[in-house]
Amino acid sequence: MSEPVSALSNASFDGLVHVQEAGLHGMIALRGDLDSEALQSAVTNSAGVGVPAPRTVVFDGARGAAWMSPDELLVFCPYPEAGATLAQLTDALGGAHALAVDVSDARAVFEVRGPRMREVIAKLAPVDMSAAAFQPGTIRRTRFAQVAAAVWLVDDAEARIVCFRSVAPYMFALLCTAAAPGGEVGMF
Amino acid sequence: MLILECPYCGVKAEETELHGGGEAHLVRRGPDSSDDAFESYLFQRQNPKGVHFERWRHAYGCGKWFHAARCTATLEVFGTYSAQVSEPPQQIRDRIAARRPGWSWSDQG
Amino acid sequence: MSTRLATGGRLTDRSKPMSFRFNGQNLRGVQGDTLASALLASGQLLMGRSFKYHRPRGPVASGAEEPNALVNLGQGARFEPNQRATTTELFDGLTATSQNHWPSLNFDVGAVNTHLSRFLPAGFYYKMFIHPRPLWKHFYEPIIRRSAGLGAAPDAETVDADTYEHFYAFTDVLILGGGVAGLQAALGAAGSGAQVLLLEQSADWGGRTPVDGGEIDGKPVQDWINDAVQALGNMDNVTLRNRTMGAGVYDHGYALGYERLNDHAPEAAGPRHRLWRIRARQIVTATGAIERPLSFAGNDVPGVLLASAVRDYVVNYGVSIGDRTVVVTNNDDAYRTAICLQEHGLDVPVILDARPQGGGALMQQAEALGIRVLRGKAIASVQGSRKVTGVTICAQAGEGAVLETIACDAVAMSGGWSPVVHLWSHCGGKLVWDEQQAFFRPDLGKAPTGHDGTPFVIPAGAANGYIHLRDTLTDATTAGVSAATAAGFKPKSTAVPQAPEQPEAPMMAVWLMPQGANVALRAKAWLDFQNDVKVSDIQLAAQEGYESVEHAKRYTTLGMATDQGKLSNINGLATLSRALGADIPSVGTTTFRPPYTPISMGAIAGQARGEIFQPVRETPLHQWHQSHAAHWEPVGQWRRPYCFPQGGETVEQAVQREVIATRASLGLLDASTLGKIVVKGPDAGRFLDMLYTNMMSTLPVGKCRYGLMCSENGFLMDDGVVARISDDTWLCHTTTGGAERIHGHMEEWLQTEWWDWKVYTANVTEQYAQIAVVGPNARKLLEKLGGMDVSKDALPFMQWSDGTLAGIPARIFRISFSGELSYEVAVPASQGLALWEMLHAAGAEWNATAYGTEALHILRAEKGFIMIGDETDGTVIPQDLGLGWAISKKKADYIGKRAQARSHMTDPTRWQLVGLETADGSVLPDGALAAAPGKNANGQRNTQGRVTSTYHSPTLGRGIAMGLVLNGPERMGETLEFSKLDGTTVPTKIVNAVFFDPEGEKQNV
Repeated sequence: MSEPVSALSNASFDGLVHVQEAGLHGMIALRGDLDSEALQSAVTNSAGVGVPAPRTVVFDGARGAAWMSPDELLVFCPYPEAGATLAQLTDALGGAHALAVDVSDARAVFEVRGPRMREVIAKLAPVDMSAAAFQPGTIRRTRFAQVAAAVWLVDDAEARIVCFRSVAPYMFALLCTAAAPGGEVGMF
Repeated sequence: MLILECPYCGVKAEETELHGGGEAHLVRRGPDSSDDAFESYLFQRQNPKGVHFERWRHAYGCGKWFHAARCTATLEVFGTYSAQVSEPPQQIRDRIAARRPGWSWSDQG
Repeated sequence: MSTRLATGGRLTDRSKPMSFRFNGQNLRGVQGDTLASALLASGQLLMGRSFKYHRPRGPVASGAEEPNALVNLGQGARFEPNQRATTTELFDGLTATSQNHWPSLNFDVGAVNTHLSRFLPAGFYYKMFIHPRPLWKHFYEPIIRRSAGLGAAPDAETVDADTYEHFYAFTDVLILGGGVAGLQAALGAAGSGAQVLLLEQSADWGGRTPVDGGEIDGKPVQDWINDAVQALGNMDNVTLRNRTMGAGVYDHGYALGYERLNDHAPEAAGPRHRLWRIRARQIVTATGAIERPLSFAGNDVPGVLLASAVRDYVVNYGVSIGDRTVVVTNNDDAYRTAICLQEHGLDVPVILDARPQGGGALMQQAEALGIRVLRGKAIASVQGSRKVTGVTICAQAGEGAVLETIACDAVAMSGGWSPVVHLWSHCGGKLVWDEQQAFFRPDLGKAPTGHDGTPFVIPAGAANGYIHLRDTLTDATTAGVSAATAAGFKPKSTAVPQAPEQPEAPMMAVWLMPQGANVALRAKAWLDFQNDVKVSDIQLAAQEGYESVEHAKRYTTLGMATDQGKLSNINGLATLSRALGADIPSVGTTTFRPPYTPISMGAIAGQARGEIFQPVRETPLHQWHQSHAAHWEPVGQWRRPYCFPQGGETVEQAVQREVIATRASLGLLDASTLGKIVVKGPDAGRFLDMLYTNMMSTLPVGKCRYGLMCSENGFLMDDGVVARISDDTWLCHTTTGGAERIHGHMEEWLQTEWWDWKVYTANVTEQYAQIAVVGPNARKLLEKLGGMDVSKDALPFMQWSDGTLAGIPARIFRISFSGELSYEVAVPASQGLALWEMLHAAGAEWNATAYGTEALHILRAEKGFIMIGDETDGTVIPQDLGLGWAISKKKADYIGKRAQARSHMTDPTRWQLVGLETADGSVLPDGALAAAPGKNANGQRNTQGRVTSTYHSPTLGRGIAMGLVLNGPERMGETLEFSKLDGTTVPTKIVNAVFFDPEGEKQNV
């Protein structure tokens, strides 16, 4: 057995904001009928949270779920528990038509923290990052410069970004560039 | 640069988050089709100056394909709607007819 | 001579001197200066040379519309050509040089062109350089290229020292322009609670209004501006941005703002420019107006400036253009310049008013100050070449007979004002001709419309044709309130600030001075100062049939210089309309295109440079490859090792070694980039049968099958091994770089055609590190690591198995793309590097060799396996490649089936895949063609085949190739002549494409 390593081994940067590759997270892509009882109870039992409303995330500690599309969730759990959570989900779904796959290793998670979090993100994503338009708990799938990503706010000073693992170095460099000192915008 | 509201996730996405997929409501022609019908399915497109029905994918978002009714001359968007229909819903047709008096789906479909 | 006055300079702080260099000379300015005002203050009127005739040029304007005063700015990694001195804020240490002259600004050999100007009329290049044809390439083109361009190109090897960025902003109301109209529109809009973003291109708020002074709401204009800026700054819903130009207005409320953060302070930290990518519900264009030159002979001589600019330099910077300034005008506004000069102790010998009756109250004021005013008079010509020495006066109504000569060293001209309608027009806003004021103004009934079909741009103030302060304020208030309302807000009632009425006499359109100017005068009356287009050139173009304004523009180059015709367009098209005998509205304008003034390439690129120029995708093993000297190959966005040179090896040597080591013993390949898509559901089998040409629904659980995927056009688009994971789940491998495309292809068919089929897909490509363990000792290595039975019986060819290898959860596929005994091992990406290192350590006894993509290619080519992108190019169908065995005959339908029945697809003369062997063992060039007898309709040699893959095979010690050849499979053993790069041909035999181990004995052990 070897020690699993995340894409950038928790690399971090301090500039206009604190940027951190947030290490390994258990992540399960779940596709199915989000309105079905079978799926809802499977999610509640294995993820420990209910099915989130469209464009939102719900978290209870390290466990949670993010709404990714009308028929897809991203279920979160501690990394070592991903296998067990997947098995539990698959069991609970039983014969229902659904697809659950472990994507913990296919993704990278970044943390962007600090009062200028919104403007750093607004340099990279074509999204209205104003407090009125983007509140904690909302998730938005979009692009960061040239790669796909999902972003949500933990609170008013911290955002989480999920992208593909292969572009983690690109994402980290993007965030560091956008957070370089001297680049304050002062819009929000 | 266009903005289209994805009818699946409700995000008002800008063009860079979307992928255009050409004319909508084409009918697939399979192995039994005539040469003419198949050629028309593969290659013949309307290319109107005016009301146009299009396919778009919310590529950087929820990944869903959807339909948009749009004016190619003014870029007015009459509405976006489900990809799982073979012709525009009545509500979209009504909106177009209101904005473009004289227009009707039968001219297009 | 231009100089700094003893006092004055609204924008400057004389207690803060600054030094700068121009053409190597040390000069001094003060804080608040522009480069132009500092140069003028230093007596440097001459700032550049024009493009075509190399005429001496001084500034004609004081702002963004300046066509003449362009300089090379900065040095080394901060060098930029064609920068407007009039908008370049001075900073301590600034370095600039003038452009387009040799050997020096004062003495320019190219100026000889001005004496040849009668031989260099409009369209000269088009007429002259056509014949004789052979001269073009070696004579004309090099000369034209050498003389093209104004500023010097930055050094190709020097990297821009600055950084740039983008910023996405969303607002309810965007206001472009921070003059009094923009400020008042912002106040009008902001009261509603709407989010307001106000952009001003210069460093200062208020625009030109403070230059003319006066009062608003009973207080001095400057106080009103300061109060407005402060009030807006205190509102949470308002963002103010100076040094930020509204560069363009685009569809659906999109606009670009160009912020120059530290052009004025180059050593400051942070990005130099920021491109604001703005989405606004409503846009107010409060972009002001630009004064027009008058067309008289010698209007391009340094010292002839716009009347407003002369006034700006005096009031804003305390700089005079000359001691004696003749003012020439067709409207009242230029009187303000005369009065201003007089008040600053400068001499105005005469005001020439082209209007027979002269002006109104301002004229009376000027005359009361003792200034001589001549009504109905014009400039016949300006005297002087490198600077103004005097003017000759004539009647405007005549042909230019000189009545009087007046000595002067500056001329202030005003041909009236043109609203800046660029941003209104960018996205389709139409214009209407205002006969009375002789300008185009926005046609409010034909505004640009947005996504909902309603207007989203509202012009305000001077940009809307309301030139006078009192009207500007009224219009701007309305514009702001209307914008907020249209954006969905309820504005509070906003009081219109009051400015005193200033009645003016009507202007008179003057397109040529004097009206009947003879040809000699017309040939010296400039329209476009930078590109040297004169009244006579436009008239010639009209005479030669260039009637469309767009054609005349391109023929003469009018308005095609870096200023894009801000000063010349209206005068040019008025001249054209007169030459055509048509009215101005029917001739129309050329198209206004963004950006309003040039923006830096850096701002357009934003953050995308260096390591983040574009995404580079890295596999979990990337760092190992990097530290083992990988020679990289980009494959889509992935970086894959091409090979791993060791010691002093060349790339070719490394590739050959890697192939030999793999065939002889053991090779290891990072195959993580191959796409992996899970397809699951009750209808998954049926779906895959439609997607692949062969049958996937019948594949037993635990087994693998090679599959081909075609587009609906029938062409081969991807291939890969499909594994059946369970009753309702398949895992589809795609090519590197194909994962997203094929996943998208699957989703497209599922969502838009077969939406009632119960199938879910997931792209799990990056979940796994996938390592190919290849070669005769592959099994021994996996057995040594332990944990899984990989014996021939437990894991036969084309099967897979799940287990734990060396303590890591793994799925092993027994598949081969090399013809060797081969396993592909997939493990979680986070443990991929660990496995890779274990494989190397444990495989050392078998000389485990990491190999790259080139060895992979050679290994597959030796076996005759096709590669998507080599054997296919979007025009190739599986039948061309001898892959008929992979096309199910049983299936009623699959994507591409109908297309493959079209007549061209079933044509027996389609070229077919074969192997190719040169007689001399050499390697054929990639893409080489085989000649056939005769020529085609274009006179080109006929061809009968082309090379699709070609390598030196270390296994066989000779060149091998695959290619598509006419009737190829029926011509085995025949010899064709394939072209080489040196023009000769090489005899090449058609052979079976499987060069190595045709029985497949090596992989089935």
